Amino acid sequence: MAKTNIICIRCPKGCHITVTHDDDRNIQSIEGFSCPRGEEYAKTEFTNPVRVFTSTVRVKGGDLDLLPVKTNGSIPKPMMMDAARESCRIEIEAPVKIGDVIQSNFCGTGIDLVAARNIKAI
Amino acid sequence: MLSLKVQVRQVLPDLAGDPWRSQAETGAVRRCFRPPRRVTAANIMRKGADMKTDVLIIGGGVIGACIARQLSRYNIDVVIVEKESDVCTGTSKANSSMLHDGYNVDGHKLKGKMVLKATKEIYREMCDELHVDMKLCGSIFAGFTDEDLATMHKQVKMAEENGITNLEIIDHDAMMIKEPHMNPTVRYGLYNPNTGVLNPFELTMALAENAVINGAKVFLNTEVTDIKVKNQKIDAVITTNGVFYPKVVINSAGLYSDKIAAMVEDVDFYVRPRRGQYYLYDKQFGGWVNHCIYSPPTETSKGMIIVPTTEGNILAGSNAEMLDDKTDFSTTKEALDEIYNTMIHHLYPDLPRVGDVTTVFAGLRAASNTEDFIIEHARTVRGMINLVGIQSPGLSSAPAIADLVEEMVRAVGEDLDFTKKPDWIPGRPKPVILNRMTYEERSQFIAQNPDYGQIICRCESISKGEILDAIRRPIPATSLDGIKRRTRAGMGRCQGGFCGPRVVKILEEELGIDPTEVTKRGRDSRILAMRAKELALQEGGSHEKIKL
Amino acid sequence: MKKLSYDIVVVGGGPAGMAAALEARKAGVEKILICERGGKLGGILEQCIHNGFGLQYFKEELTGPEYATRFSDQVEASDIDVKVNTMVMDIQEDKKVIAVNPEDGLFEVETKAVILAMGCRERTRESITIPGDRPSGVMCAGTAQRYVNINGYLPGKEIVILGSGDIGLIMARRMTLEGANVKGVLELMPYSTGLVRNKVQCLDDFGIPLYLSHTVTKIHGKNRVEGVSIAEVGPDRNPIPETEVFIPCDTLLLSVGLIPENELSKKVGVDLDRVTRGAVVDEKRRTNKDWIFACGNVLHVHDLVDNVTEESELAGRAAAGYIFGTYAPRKNPITVKPGNNIGYVVPQSIRYHDESQKVIRLYMRVRNPQENVTMEIKDDKGEVLAKFKKDIVEPGSMVNLALPTMKLTEDMKEITVSVAE
Repeated sequence: MAKTNIICIRCPKGCHITVTHDDDRNIQSIEGFSCPRGEEYAKTEFTNPVRVFTSTVRVKGGDLDLLPVKTNGSIPKPMMMDAARESCRIEIEAPVKIGDVIQSNFCGTGIDLVAARNIKAI
Repeated sequence: MLSLKVQVRQVLPDLAGDPWRSQAETGAVRRCFRPPRRVTAANIMRKGADMKTDVLIIGGGVIGACIARQLSRYNIDVVIVEKESDVCTGTSKANSSMLHDGYNVDGHKLKGKMVLKATKEIYREMCDELHVDMKLCGSIFAGFTDEDLATMHKQVKMAEENGITNLEIIDHDAMMIKEPHMNPTVRYGLYNPNTGVLNPFELTMALAENAVINGAKVFLNTEVTDIKVKNQKIDAVITTNGVFYPKVVINSAGLYSDKIAAMVEDVDFYVRPRRGQYYLYDKQFGGWVNHCIYSPPTETSKGMIIVPTTEGNILAGSNAEMLDDKTDFSTTKEALDEIYNTMIHHLYPDLPRVGDVTTVFAGLRAASNTEDFIIEHARTVRGMINLVGIQSPGLSSAPAIADLVEEMVRAVGEDLDFTKKPDWIPGRPKPVILNRMTYEERSQFIAQNPDYGQIICRCESISKGEILDAIRRPIPATSLDGIKRRTRAGMGRCQGGFCGPRVVKILEEELGIDPTEVTKRGRDSRILAMRAKELALQEGGSHEKIKL
Repeated sequence: MKKLSYDIVVVGGGPAGMAAALEARKAGVEKILICERGGKLGGILEQCIHNGFGLQYFKEELTGPEYATRFSDQVEASDIDVKVNTMVMDIQEDKKVIAVNPEDGLFEVETKAVILAMGCRERTRESITIPGDRPSGVMCAGTAQRYVNINGYLPGKEIVILGSGDIGLIMARRMTLEGANVKGVLELMPYSTGLVRNKVQCLDDFGIPLYLSHTVTKIHGKNRVEGVSIAEVGPDRNPIPETEVFIPCDTLLLSVGLIPENELSKKVGVDLDRVTRGAVVDEKRRTNKDWIFACGNVLHVHDLVDNVTEESELAGRAAAGYIFGTYAPRKNPITVKPGNNIGYVVPQSIRYHDESQKVIRLYMRVRNPQENVTMEIKDDKGEVLAKFKKDIVEPGSMVNLALPTMKLTEDMKEITVSVAE
């Protein structure tokens, strides 16, 4: 049996939740939450923590040099640094419209990297 | 390196009255003042060619600049070498910014003689010629005890010995009228109407610019590393930026004047930095302090000052700490606590310790072992004049010191041509300061140059046009601090948080340098480390975290 | 000097200014001008490229630029006039606004009402007087955010952050994703001042330590930052000398608080609250000058832009109501006072009858964190008007309580909000 501590972020309270699990990461019990949302968060966070990735990519010929981008869905948390490095390699040309897909199947996650603002060509 | 010889005498008929742009309508002046459109960082740092000159001034502080201006009146080649990226970076920069009349200085010492000679009339004329703000606000020594009153009587007597007879001891009620925000337990005040304030950087800059306009050259980023003597005469001055062959060397190197002097001969004087720390308060306290206020001496301090600056801030300090390190401009919690608790809070209880403090900073006074100014010829070598230990009241004494130094240069430089230049210009282009204009005047300036309508520094309302002017002046701003000192952009309550990235962009574009080459104040003080999107792709790098 | 005439001048084109202008337009005001000092609408959201905006207002998670675009698209599609690169220099007693930009030069706008939406600025190293050298490499987190996200340059590679404010936490992650090493975050207080969500996602996710009750005692480095001395602080928040250690780094980012930017407001004589440092307002976000309204971070610093939007829409409607003479004043204005463990409450007073408004939202911050509390709104006789249970309250999270307007009587002069003891 092992224990993993998780801080719940569903509300400002920040409950310290303990997930007890076996060596194959099968959950035995969840303790320390104070609402059902907390229990659910702890479960997801323990089994498959995911995050939305946001960063910028370089733009050529635009009214801004950098385009803010985001994944249009959550990607696995352990992939954040890979995603960061990948976004550093991207350069696109202006114009860009908000929502444009900058890279589909970003880092093989099945999730797209999309533009988070408009950029005009100059 | 940037050589700043500017041949503009003929096209500047009258610099005293007109603002820069309006008398620059032909474009002649503007072109002349503007450094090449694409000055690169490499240009600024370029090796200087070996060069002959009549007079070489080491150190671009207020004393060096004032001497340069003085000598620029004559047919003499004058060069200033300054080790930093701007003038006025040492003792001249961080001090009380007060103009003393010398009422409490020993009139028999050299510093007494100098400060008494540089009267407020002389100063007023010089500041008017150079468009430098000077405020004759008067000073008050605030007294709380009978001992303080006794000290005041002593000072009145001392002033009379120095020929100053208009001091006045005033009572509590008169004090509260003059200084309504002062601690109401104040009992007496020694009022001196002769004391003034100015911005020492503005003055030094103006003096140096005027010298440049009149033919002097200023070499920045140029540090003297050795001085060669031949036949007991100055032969060559070796710098990090070329070799100079002057007939006369003037050593006005402030904190380093002992080191420079010792390059030539053995000397029996030395300079030890005496650090003083200051608070600068937000402009919202403008009008709270109307005079320069001296606090009474205590067991540990000989008294500090609170000064209403020409820009409308309040400056308060300073303590005195003897140091060994001439580069240690750091502030300390102990000193800041002491200054606040024993002085600021005592005199003006409503001024805060933190919060609406614009900044705190430290200055290093160049104190000599004699505690007096030392202004003398080198003893064994001809053609070298040392100015050592020029601390307070050095700023106030500057014009008198320049007069004295001129006499000394005449004494050793027989072959120099002391014919007056017929076209010597007493002034400099008046900086455009939109804040001080009426709305109508401002509108006219913006109509001529839309950059004056683009506000970059929102705290102080400084426009892009004023920032560009600072970069294009006879002595150009090349760093964030350079811009700040010339224009006040970044000097306000957000301390450049908002305008910093924008000023970096302007410097980058105007100087044609990479953003990573833009510095806070020259040398290694880079603002930015590298382009984004590159570091994450580099291998290695540290991942060490703080472990407590 | 050019002279213009509008019904409402909105000072600031960030989320507050845009929402206020749009709402005033919807309420029927025809001539509205937004003056924005930056080059584009959007304000600070332009550089807030992270997500987490809009959960309340749009019920979806947006990045800052996306949130801003939702409003700027509407403004651009409307007949609201926008002047960018425009700095308002002065608001005069005679209802004239003086502003400047490169195209129009200095110009004067005659107006019926003004909405202040200038936002806030960051507290600096200088204002908290950290001793030491004054090298480059010390900057506010928001300034760093602009360098990284807009200018495209990194301020440094080895970073220490002082202050656990949200911008500091966000920048810890941002710098890490850009390849820098964020060595840790120090917080003077015994609790984190940023949102829990940000602490977890920006620090914990990347193994960045947060040290509570710690501060920077000295900055080292004559030209560029070479390191900082840090120390634990005691209950009096003074550093404990024996705990001082040197941490090498090339950059110190500060996230030590935000201050509403009220220099313009002060000049025209708007009364300011000593705690919020924003205007003293009534429930319509109207200041002591009946034609000047304030909303967003210039009024009080918010944690969530969603709250800014709601507040600004209220101010926009109110400015329209003022122009059209919609609201009848109460017999007695009701003063809203902060009680036990409440730092401040906005609005500071309730002055009008408004049938359309069923509840008045009171926004506040507590002074100290507390768990499982009851918050109460009482009238001047000590009668409880409304009660709210909260699992947790902390200074870092703004609390808002809905006060039903039907509870207010014509004789009431004061209500107090407190955490029940």
